[in-house]
Amino acid sequence: MPFFYRDDLAAADIAFQAQAENLEELFDCAWRALLGVMVRDLGNIRRRVKREVKLRKDSEAMLLLAFLEEALFYKDAQNLFLLPDHITITRLHDSCELTARLVGETIDGHRHELGTDVKAVTLHKFEFEHTDKGWSTTVVLDI
Amino acid sequence: MRLEGLKKLTDVSWEISPSYKPGMRVPARIYASEKLLDNMEKDVIEQITNVACLPGIVEYACCLPDGHTGYGFPIGGTAAFDPQDGIISPGGIGFDINCGMRLLRTSLSIDQVRPKLERLVDTLFARVPTGVGAGGSIDLTQDEFHDLLEQGMDWCLKKGYAVDQDLERTEEHGCMKGAKAADVSPKAVERGYKQVGSLGSGNHYLEIQVAKPEHIHDREAAAVFGLGIPEQVVVMVHCGSRGFGHQVAQDYIFKFLSVMQTKYHITVRDRQLACVPFASPEGQEYFSAMKCAVNMAFVNRQVIMHRVREVFCDVFKKHESDLGLELVYDVTHNTAKLETHQVKGKSRELLLHRKGATRAFGPGMKDIPREYTKVGQPVIIGGSMETGSYLLTGTPRGGQTFFTTAHGSGRVMGRHQAKKQFNGRELAARMKSRGIYIRCASYSGLAEEAGAAYKNIDEVVKAAEDAGLSRRVAKLVPVGNIKG
Repeated sequence: MPFFYRDDLAAADIAFQAQAENLEELFDCAWRALLGVMVRDLGNIRRRVKREVKLRKDSEAMLLLAFLEEALFYKDAQNLFLLPDHITITRLHDSCELTARLVGETIDGHRHELGTDVKAVTLHKFEFEHTDKGWSTTVVLDI
Repeated sequence: MRLEGLKKLTDVSWEISPSYKPGMRVPARIYASEKLLDNMEKDVIEQITNVACLPGIVEYACCLPDGHTGYGFPIGGTAAFDPQDGIISPGGIGFDINCGMRLLRTSLSIDQVRPKLERLVDTLFARVPTGVGAGGSIDLTQDEFHDLLEQGMDWCLKKGYAVDQDLERTEEHGCMKGAKAADVSPKAVERGYKQVGSLGSGNHYLEIQVAKPEHIHDREAAAVFGLGIPEQVVVMVHCGSRGFGHQVAQDYIFKFLSVMQTKYHITVRDRQLACVPFASPEGQEYFSAMKCAVNMAFVNRQVIMHRVREVFCDVFKKHESDLGLELVYDVTHNTAKLETHQVKGKSRELLLHRKGATRAFGPGMKDIPREYTKVGQPVIIGGSMETGSYLLTGTPRGGQTFFTTAHGSGRVMGRHQAKKQFNGRELAARMKSRGIYIRCASYSGLAEEAGAAYKNIDEVVKAAEDAGLSRRVAKLVPVGNIKG
């Protein structure tokens, strides 16, 4: 499984571990793990709206956290559940850049089986590493 | 928990000396019964001793009886810092800035409410937005939102969502002065301006409760707080500053990480303790932005209470004064505030961080409502939706924790585990058979909040009382609940 939830890291909150062969897949997996806390069936999110995201950070790790925060921003500010449609990550001289196309729809409690709201993506026990098999991350979400 | 270097001070207080780890500037103190201490996670000890390493900390880093692992600071923790030499840290306040509790009393008994309970809960669920993606219950422009960030509950008073007495019975009178909307990001405003008057999810709730005669611990104090009717019905609200506060916290954690070492040469044991000197430009900007979030949360709870009053009036077809719908108190449990306390016999201004920790001023102290002066400040402690909550009061002995006590019961079971162990629909049905009617936006979210996922709240408030941090006034048991 590309991601799974862990109960041993934060009793009051939710943690997940994600792994993938490349960075773009890892970012996609982590986003789905985050969104999966707030809505049960990700396959039920229709492609009705599109948003473009562009971010630049000092490291891939900080880029991931900033990317995940975008999911929370669109959920609160525009009442949208969005999923990554296309992600590109570029390593620059002293920073990393991400561009992503997100697609999804307005949150609808009748259509979507809602889970628990996520307040923030935290640095608590945050891990981000390049492994033999690709990339891996552990993220704790504040509920 | 048996820990090298843990010294027993009393049956409910323990001290870890600065020799426990390099860099500790002061001891850490844990207030808990032996049983509660035994069940605390080892991470709590690491976190409270990390707090004891922060620059400018005064006296002790304190962990309260509901202490559990948080981000940077433990939840259920308080620490005081020198405003000149010390730091301010968003990790010592929490992502949900001014998450807090509000208690509204009625003049109704459960016998009067029970026949209309389901209608009440259903109508509350329809009028108070809850759960993921829920917008607010009032429409605001971004300019109006800026006004309420700076004015707090004064804004509610002007707009007709509050009466004078509501402000008098709210910590800080519902407005921390000095909040400047210019110090919050446009992103934070966008995340929050459409959420005013909404509950959120997780452990946030709106609950109809009963003060049973056998649960009144202090009749005199209960009467002062307006609980004098047998089987009196009250309404409790637990929520905070929603996406706005979360974004303010996140914005400044990243800002602080970028300057903490390079500009201020501060190192911390945990990145979630990101901090800057309180007196620095960045520290003052965050303090102002945090005050905006504090004010937003006071307004959020006030607007929710306004809806509660409307619903009770509609369902009972009476005016709110005929239903005795008066605020008992609103108290925050995630803040940083400048307060004056006695340190080694001298009066000192300190920056108090309280994270999952409630101010508990004792009798006669200033800044509490005049009518409560004799008994102390009301403290509202939220429990699980199955077991009940508490109304406490501050005591004269609270100075040992800078007049701070617990905020809730604290979890013992992970959310994922709770979902495996409990079925939300079955839980709701079981609670209904026990006389607790519940409506929720998410049954999986409901399963996560099962009573068994939490510590025993009776033990938490007893330990706080035995330590002299607060005193029990009444236990309040649930009969109706709406959740996100």
